[in-house]
Amino acid sequence: MVSPLPILRLEGIAKRFGPTVALDGVDLALREGEVHALIGENGAGKSTLMGILAGAHRPDRGRMDLAGRGYAPASPLEARRSGLALIHQELSLFPHLTVMENVLMGVEPSRLGWLDLDASRRLALEVLETFRHPALGPDRRVSDLPVAARQVVEICRAIAARARIVLMDEPTSSLPREDVDRLFALIRRLAADGISVVYISHFLEEVREIAERYTVLRDGRSISTGPLEAVTNEDLIALMVGRSVDHLFPERSPLPEAEVLLEVRGLANPPALEAASFDLRRGEILGIAGLIGSGRTEMVRAIFGLDTPTAGSVALRGRALARRGHPAARLRQGFGYLSEDRRGEGLALGLSVADNVTMTAMHACARGGWLSLDRQEAQARRHVEDVGVRARTPWQPAGTLSGGNQQKVALARLLHQGAEVLLLDEPTRGIDVGSRAQIYEVVARAASAGKAVLMVSSYLPELFGLCHRLAVMSRGRLLPARPIGEWTPESVLQAALGTDAAA
Amino acid sequence: MRLRAWLDRLGPLLGLVLVIAAFAVLTDTPEQYLSLRNLRIVLSQTVIVALGAIGMTLIIVGGGIDLSVGSAIALTSVVTALALREGWSPFAAIAFALAAGGAVGLVNALAITRLKVVPFIATLGMLGIARGVAKWVADEQTVNAPPTWVNELAVTFPSPEWLVLAPGLWLTLVLAVAVAIVLRRTVFGRHVFALGSNEAAARACGIHTDRLKLWVYSLAGLFFGLAGVMQMSRLRQGDPTVAAGAELDVIAAVVIGGGSLSGGEGGILGSMIGALIMAFLRNGSQQMGWPNYIQEIIIGVIIVIAVALDRLRSARSAAGSPHA
Repeated sequence: MVSPLPILRLEGIAKRFGPTVALDGVDLALREGEVHALIGENGAGKSTLMGILAGAHRPDRGRMDLAGRGYAPASPLEARRSGLALIHQELSLFPHLTVMENVLMGVEPSRLGWLDLDASRRLALEVLETFRHPALGPDRRVSDLPVAARQVVEICRAIAARARIVLMDEPTSSLPREDVDRLFALIRRLAADGISVVYISHFLEEVREIAERYTVLRDGRSISTGPLEAVTNEDLIALMVGRSVDHLFPERSPLPEAEVLLEVRGLANPPALEAASFDLRRGEILGIAGLIGSGRTEMVRAIFGLDTPTAGSVALRGRALARRGHPAARLRQGFGYLSEDRRGEGLALGLSVADNVTMTAMHACARGGWLSLDRQEAQARRHVEDVGVRARTPWQPAGTLSGGNQQKVALARLLHQGAEVLLLDEPTRGIDVGSRAQIYEVVARAASAGKAVLMVSSYLPELFGLCHRLAVMSRGRLLPARPIGEWTPESVLQAALGTDAAA
Repeated sequence: MRLRAWLDRLGPLLGLVLVIAAFAVLTDTPEQYLSLRNLRIVLSQTVIVALGAIGMTLIIVGGGIDLSVGSAIALTSVVTALALREGWSPFAAIAFALAAGGAVGLVNALAITRLKVVPFIATLGMLGIARGVAKWVADEQTVNAPPTWVNELAVTFPSPEWLVLAPGLWLTLVLAVAVAIVLRRTVFGRHVFALGSNEAAARACGIHTDRLKLWVYSLAGLFFGLAGVMQMSRLRQGDPTVAAGAELDVIAAVVIGGGSLSGGEGGILGSMIGALIMAFLRNGSQQMGWPNYIQEIIIGVIIVIAVALDRLRSARSAAGSPHA
């Protein structure tokens, strides 16, 4: 087979954000009119790569060629002018404007600055016609559309801008099946017209359905590329996982036979969370794996009372809790919550370490409503030392600490408040290895002291290194928990991707 | 769908009718309250807020805010009076005032786009700066201007009689229609809505958001400058202490008229009705002989109710989107 010249070629692309290496040598060759799947685990660098192609970030190293000429977009505008359109994971629409206005944004037909309304309507209808979505009237306000239809509007916008290369980042994550079929028909038509599509998805079955070739990213590098016929799903998963577990993890205590502390049954908060049931014992660490957006965070938030579930029950020590919970009540009942969004929700970065640590149980350092600063300092100091936070003084603003130390402060708060049930959402995301090991140590110690730990993580090695049991969340459903020994990284990923019907 | 869109648009108008009807019932002399004479009084009182609201609508639709309007009006009223006193022709004096207003807007926009100061703070700073400059150039006194036709721009009872309304009011009406059309029918207008609706997406769509902000604030500044000319016309002198707090009236007019402080929503028609609602409230309260503080309380309540109704409406439309 004569391989056609690639329209887009990347060589050795690298990018770091501060100390985090996002990309470390990515090669990619995209042919004209092909659908190319970009596959990788959460955090493998796919979205960063898309950002570089779309002009949102500049690479630190490496070379990009578009149709044989050097390509270095300085802005999204330049990328767009060069014929690249990015369809985002997060929708980037104008909710107040109509479908037509959204589709034509930036390319409005006009004469001397005046909108040509007839031509606008013609062009918009022509583009919308290619998709034939029932909900898509050109004059409907986008905020009134269902989510699936909004995705279509974005795709139509790329077509209206006459893109030669369309980058799709998880385009089906919010689409029901019938819309996925429509999308695929559209993608095939684009490809037949010579438009190239880079298609990012976790769902291997979908990838096989639509793409011809693939590139696997792992830890910011392109690991493997080739035609999809030549590989099995198992091959792809092995390529995506392919990591060794290092010696970061403390000795695991045996799976306890203690009392069931937390009992969750049929918890639902659609559309993100469809159904979750599990038991959590004293002394146990239960891991929750799954893709980003699969409903893990929503489950934790529903348990902690941040969101009100629409169905299901939560029982603590055999006593059912009110479904409409409030975080204040949950804190009193002995829950502790570590948010995945440390900067936005987890810490008050402008306040001191001591204030942050004692925030949820300030009464413990107060008498009659008056704070005793001495007590606050002493308690904060004890817990800060306990989890190994490196801070000069407890009165240092939390925002001046490194990410890892901030996370330890957040964890110290749970210990200070004396939580019995620890709900940890991505406790080690984006922090250095040293801090990670310390956090594992603290979590394991809390469990052996009789606390119950629920740990959501996207980093499989830590789930395998730390947890007694593991359950996988897939598209809003929590699959049954099984002892950690019965899982392999491959089977977890298969369950998360929904490719294994038996899971 | 269509019906709801119309109801949404008619909301402020309904409010206006309610306000007028309420005072017509309350007053002992409805024939006087509803007379053409009183209408002319109300309209001539509203011209400054209305002009300000045209500019503010642009800014608020684009997702911004401008707190320096009152100071800009004072500065440009002083500038007009000074230019006239120096013997400039009225046209030149007005052009100078417009330029001053545009410059204030441009500086606001530069602070917002280049220094990355949020609009609230940038224009809060300008509130002080423009007021200070106004007092400085006026030497902390009112500036008397020689009588010219500028003084007749915003009078309550214009001559010749066939004009019915002051020339400044007719001008305001023409400008309101023009800006309404620009917002709805030009690429610029469409991009202002996009900017306020989702700035990041607007940038991703290739819109020069910073440049657009320069235009929006400068253009709005021209309207604030014209409002300053009207202010000078009504007082027949430039007063550096005038229009303190006018920005709140202007913002209230836009918000009552359906503008959303988070951007992407609003319209000139609504803002004009908002300005009228406030003017009729003031006028009605005066006719009833209510003290000033009652007016202030009523207007405060109306603002909160108008925005609460707006929130309810948008919450309903968000919840009512079916998953097809």
